[in-house]
Amino acid sequence: MTDVLVCIKRVPDTGGEITLTQDAMSIDTRYVGHTVSPHEECAVELAIQTAKATDGAATVLSLGSADSLEQIRDALAVGCTGAVLIDAEAEKFGPADVARAIAEVVHAHEQEGRTYDLVLLGNDAADTGDFQVGIRLAYALDRPVVAGVSTIEVVGDRVVARADGADGTDIFEVELPAVLTVMEGGIEPRYPSIPGRMKAKRVTVETVTPTGEPAGSGRVRLKLPPTQPSQVEILGEGPEAAAAVVDLLERLGVSR
Amino acid sequence: MTLVLVETDATGAIEVSRETLTFVRELAQPVSALVVGEVPDGLADQLGAYGVVSLLHAQGTAFTTYAPAAWAAAVVAAKSASGAAVVTAAGTPRGNEVMAHVACRLDVAMAANVVTIDGTDPLLVSRQVLGGSALEELRLDDAPAVLSVAGHACVAKPADSPVSTKVDTIDVQVSDDDLRAQVARTEAGEPDESGALKTARVVVGAGRGAGSVDGFKDLVELADLLGGALGVSRVVTSLGWRPHHEQVGQTGSRISPDLYIPCGISGAIQHWVGCSSAKTILAINSDPDAPMVTKAHYAVIGDLHKIVPAINEELRRRRRA
Repeated sequence: MTDVLVCIKRVPDTGGEITLTQDAMSIDTRYVGHTVSPHEECAVELAIQTAKATDGAATVLSLGSADSLEQIRDALAVGCTGAVLIDAEAEKFGPADVARAIAEVVHAHEQEGRTYDLVLLGNDAADTGDFQVGIRLAYALDRPVVAGVSTIEVVGDRVVARADGADGTDIFEVELPAVLTVMEGGIEPRYPSIPGRMKAKRVTVETVTPTGEPAGSGRVRLKLPPTQPSQVEILGEGPEAAAAVVDLLERLGVSR
Repeated sequence: MTLVLVETDATGAIEVSRETLTFVRELAQPVSALVVGEVPDGLADQLGAYGVVSLLHAQGTAFTTYAPAAWAAAVVAAKSASGAAVVTAAGTPRGNEVMAHVACRLDVAMAANVVTIDGTDPLLVSRQVLGGSALEELRLDDAPAVLSVAGHACVAKPADSPVSTKVDTIDVQVSDDDLRAQVARTEAGEPDESGALKTARVVVGAGRGAGSVDGFKDLVELADLLGGALGVSRVVTSLGWRPHHEQVGQTGSRISPDLYIPCGISGAIQHWVGCSSAKTILAINSDPDAPMVTKAHYAVIGDLHKIVPAINEELRRRRRA
């Protein structure tokens, strides 16, 4: 009966071009969709699989505005059964603030008699890329933590976690309760079904407000790498360009 | 003093750690290096060439296998021993993990994947966000400043004049709690087969546009015809289409061939940092606005599955002629 908490973050889906807000403090998200990072999709999948395998439960948590309910519902639709929204302006929260706010929820639920055996997070957020929220959370909860795990298995009172190491696959065996941050690649996340989506709509999302003021991240501004004017010479379109390509290869002296 | 956690393999400091040693010279402070576990032969000389004045060495049973918190304890001990005001590591998975632990233990901020130092009083850095497509200027007011240096933020280069490196073993207090998460065993991975890719004169790149695990035949053939190697983007290895040792980019190999032919690669910044040193880039892509196309010297627009076989055929035809 492994009780799993999985933490996700709503982030802009910046496949295309990025523009910044006027004050350069954030990305202009007016015309972009939102998503969660691939790491977190894998974390959600691992949470659900672990809950199923152990007859436990998977609860999803996110810190952000009510807009984050979209990502919370996605996680509910694939099999999480409980949800917490930490209602806060995510932009004002630095990584230490986020970890503290999550720790508050974990502690509050412990007071109510519910201990999360496992807390899963993404290895790093797709937008801020801080690489530290999970580790800071582990310190706040005084729990062991492994970063960048790709697969996990709960065996008795331990979790066996596999992570890509310098010399192969590192295998950790960590006593529960523990915190793990997940790296994409070890598992294929599932897609929500229509009945899953319907079920997700009926789950009550617990909404909490963090205590205290966030310290922030120390961000001064965002900037985009300078774009060089394109100097590209188009050799042609489609297979008809093959001769021009081989001409070029010959000119460069690499054709044989 | 600046402290750099140096990761090593049998040959010495790994490339990204040497990049970090190069990068921190901008701080114009003497540099100490910390090595945890075994010290490879000749490391002190190698670090001396990079201008490292002091090599601190943490050893003992706690470091037999990797335990991130124990490594962080070693970094904190080395920070105290050296009096470092800036504590750094390369932005590898291990470097970022250990630096995050260090920041927690010292109750300071941590900046991951820094690419430039923009000011030193107060310390102002730019770091990669959005997977490298944007930068965040960040103020690091805490003492010490803890940061990791993004892979390939600079080219590893020995110092202008080598120094002699003093080697000291440091005492590290590792608690039982620090060993709660420790590698129990390691399963051998594939041997490093990226050597051919790093030294090839021609690299044929393949991205998501390859389409499937079966979509690489023509690309491999083109690489073979040109006596080159195949390199792929991260999505290709993430999807399990090709092995990791073929990956080019921030978390893969950095290549500098005479010619790079990225096919079906959009050119995300993480990939670009690994291939931008190519002398000539010929992009093959269906999207004329893809960053890889606009940054390339030459481009062919269209479906790589039609274009690449035509190039292969043309190469064979001219060879027969």
